[in-house]
Amino acid sequence: MTRQQRVFEVVRTSLAILIALTIALVIVLVVSDDPGDALGKFLLGPLDSFRHFGNVIELMIPLTFTGIAISVMFTAGQFNLGAEGGFFIGAIAAAFVAINFSLPPVIHPIVAILFGSLVGSLFCGIPAILKVKWGSSELVSSLMFNYIAFFFGLFLINYYMRDANAGAMVSYLFKPTAILPKLVPRTRISVGILVAIALVVVAWLFMQRTRWGYRIKLTGANAKFSRYSGIDTNSVVIYSQVIGGMIAGMGGSIELLGMYTRFSWQNLPGYGWDGVIVAILARNNPLFVPIAAFFLAYLRIGADIMSRYSDVPNEFVALIQGTIIILIAASSFLAKYRHKLVFKEATRKPVTGGEA
Amino acid sequence: MDELLRMEGITKVYPNGIVANKNVDFSVRAGEIHGLVGENGAGKSTLMKILFGLNQAEEGRITLEGKEIRVDSPYAAIGHGIGMVHQHFMLVPSLTAAENLVMGLEPRKGLYLDLQAAIRTTEELGKKYNLIVDPRAAVRDLSVGIKQRLEILKALHRGAKILILDEPTAVLTPQETEELFSQLKLLREQGNTIVFISHKLNEIKELCDRVTIMRSGTVQGTFDVASVDEKDISRLMVGRDVILEVQKGPARPAGAVLKVRGLTVLDRFKKRAVDGVSFSVRRGEILGVAGVEGNGQGELVEAITGLGSFSSGTIAVDGESVAGMSIRRIRDAGVCHVPEDRMTYGCAAALGVEANLMSCNHDSPEYTGPVFLKGKAIRANSRRLVEEYAIKCSSPEQEVGMLSGGNIQKVVVAREFSSGPSLIVADQPTRGIDVGATEFIRSRLVELRDEGAAVLLVSADLNEVMELSDSLIVMYGGRIRAYVPDAKAVSEEELGLYMLGLKNQTPEEIARVVHD
Repeated sequence: MTRQQRVFEVVRTSLAILIALTIALVIVLVVSDDPGDALGKFLLGPLDSFRHFGNVIELMIPLTFTGIAISVMFTAGQFNLGAEGGFFIGAIAAAFVAINFSLPPVIHPIVAILFGSLVGSLFCGIPAILKVKWGSSELVSSLMFNYIAFFFGLFLINYYMRDANAGAMVSYLFKPTAILPKLVPRTRISVGILVAIALVVVAWLFMQRTRWGYRIKLTGANAKFSRYSGIDTNSVVIYSQVIGGMIAGMGGSIELLGMYTRFSWQNLPGYGWDGVIVAILARNNPLFVPIAAFFLAYLRIGADIMSRYSDVPNEFVALIQGTIIILIAASSFLAKYRHKLVFKEATRKPVTGGEA
Repeated sequence: MDELLRMEGITKVYPNGIVANKNVDFSVRAGEIHGLVGENGAGKSTLMKILFGLNQAEEGRITLEGKEIRVDSPYAAIGHGIGMVHQHFMLVPSLTAAENLVMGLEPRKGLYLDLQAAIRTTEELGKKYNLIVDPRAAVRDLSVGIKQRLEILKALHRGAKILILDEPTAVLTPQETEELFSQLKLLREQGNTIVFISHKLNEIKELCDRVTIMRSGTVQGTFDVASVDEKDISRLMVGRDVILEVQKGPARPAGAVLKVRGLTVLDRFKKRAVDGVSFSVRRGEILGVAGVEGNGQGELVEAITGLGSFSSGTIAVDGESVAGMSIRRIRDAGVCHVPEDRMTYGCAAALGVEANLMSCNHDSPEYTGPVFLKGKAIRANSRRLVEEYAIKCSSPEQEVGMLSGGNIQKVVVAREFSSGPSLIVADQPTRGIDVGATEFIRSRLVELRDEGAAVLLVSADLNEVMELSDSLIVMYGGRIRAYVPDAKAVSEEELGLYMLGLKNQTPEEIARVVHD
């Protein structure tokens, strides 16, 4: 990307966010009896206490995992939305290890996380294999597989891990050895954040500096060219999604062992979907993923605080998200402005001529 | 004669920043055939696309009979009586000629298409303009020349008074070209105005009344054809005297590198696209493949390079069978490939020049360690190639899609030629690029030949095949119809007869290309 394009992308993203926030503002003004208070809670609530800011960081961790998982798959041109199911089924797998295995501390969570990662990678690998073998769209099959992951996971909890003495459908307590230690007191921020930071760096190195990452980029940019160059594009299609699933499964395991003492999710947690938003905001660049994850987490926690302390419901964050995504995904948004830049730039130079 | 149409001060910049037209003035008189010449990339097609409403100019105005008009879509252009015949035909292959002709203006009988009326219209129009097309034939069964005829009829049926033809002869044999010219002259007699885009000067001399010459997005002048000769035109086109001939010494062919025997390729419809073809390409020779496009050349190339499959026969490179091998293995055997369509197979437009240059050898020990790529070695190699092949780019990171066609093709050939190939498969290596890049690529091909590579050259450009090849084969209907051991010793007319399938050599004559 040239500098001019990078500037353009930054302008575009900022403007999309600004427009979305303006729309949010208008809605709050219309809906709320005390818009000033509601807005204050929404925009500044996450900063008003240590605990609230801790909530933002807690939420940022799973979003970073799924954001990177999606980024890797999207860069390969694979629109696998199985990060949601991979996250969920990875957490189930980790719960199984945390409940049933007896292992020393440190080893126990590592084994649980590795098992969760493995299950996540297998899960996201299925749509990839179906695509390579029979040409089925990974987008459709991964979406459907999310439901399989969800109901199969609940079945496993209900029939093999359910704590009959608890009031709700939850699993047995995890063995204390399996639980990830807290890193920051008075919050639920666990050592998982260190794994997330390491992952960002490793993922960036992998994509930028290794031949496997290069092949992913090449295949995503032009699969026919990649094949013509002698690259086994089928294997790229598979390993990019297996890696994506692995990261999602790892994220699910870390979320579960870092934040909870037993498995209690009754719905898909939605971090896989949010990962799509994060990946789009970050332009699939692992280094930008934490920034995008922080932004989204901040919005979420802000909205949550606002809904608790004012009369504006939580759901309106969805509106902001939707607007941002539409504006960023719509390639013609600001296309005229972009073309003007190009036109100015081109007519300044001496004529070069040529057809597109 | 009166001025009919005028374009003034037209400036067009494409999204990738290329200035295709810069302050262009262009005018056409009623009832003339007006030639529009220029190298590939000079901006002819862009100018005409603006006139036809396919592109919008940033600056400039268009006037028709003195009144300013706005052409913001082809629909508007047709409304003003402007029609265009594109290089790539806009026809529905599965429908009949009559159905294609009336598409969008269908005569109706109740809720249904009145097929009889459509057929009558096709026949009447055909008679009127002497452009006879079988109205009941499915378009996919028509020859290229007839398809083009149908496209012209289509434009006329929509009321076109000004007809734009975008390099109509590029896909035709010499015989078909003759026929087209007499039809166009008849159209002129009937009062139509024609803009004829070409870069073949002899055609301009033969057909046109006036000619406008473009170079690098600007107009170099408009002349009466009678008052200028081909040399003048070509100097204005290129900006210097052109060396039309490729400078090369005689070939010194040695042993066969590529051996193709009894190769048959079935297409999607299980038709034999390539039908039992046998030939060899020897070290130190350029074997040209002539033929009208779509006569099996594409399938032949895909089978050799591993992009496509084939059903029977053998292919060997340097004695090693590569039949059914992966593209990786075929490339490792010493085959490189300049693909016909550089944007589909030859590059990733969204990635940088460097990423495009390293796609075939990024996993060799020279450029990658056990885990990480060797950034320095890769950088040094791409800088070397950019310099050696004179690729104009702001840096090796610049996106390939931002480069001009000629520079993109240079990226492709730099990558392919630098792999130390023993067999070069070059499919339309200079299509749609400027003269400078064309000369560069052609002379590189000759150099590589002299260094001992075998070259298989496929080109729809008859001049190119005849100029560049040492020997020639002609394909028609998926078979080799002729082998010419000395490409200098054959006339264009004779090749045309082979290309149309009107003349065949004996099997014994053709078998000489096997070189066993």
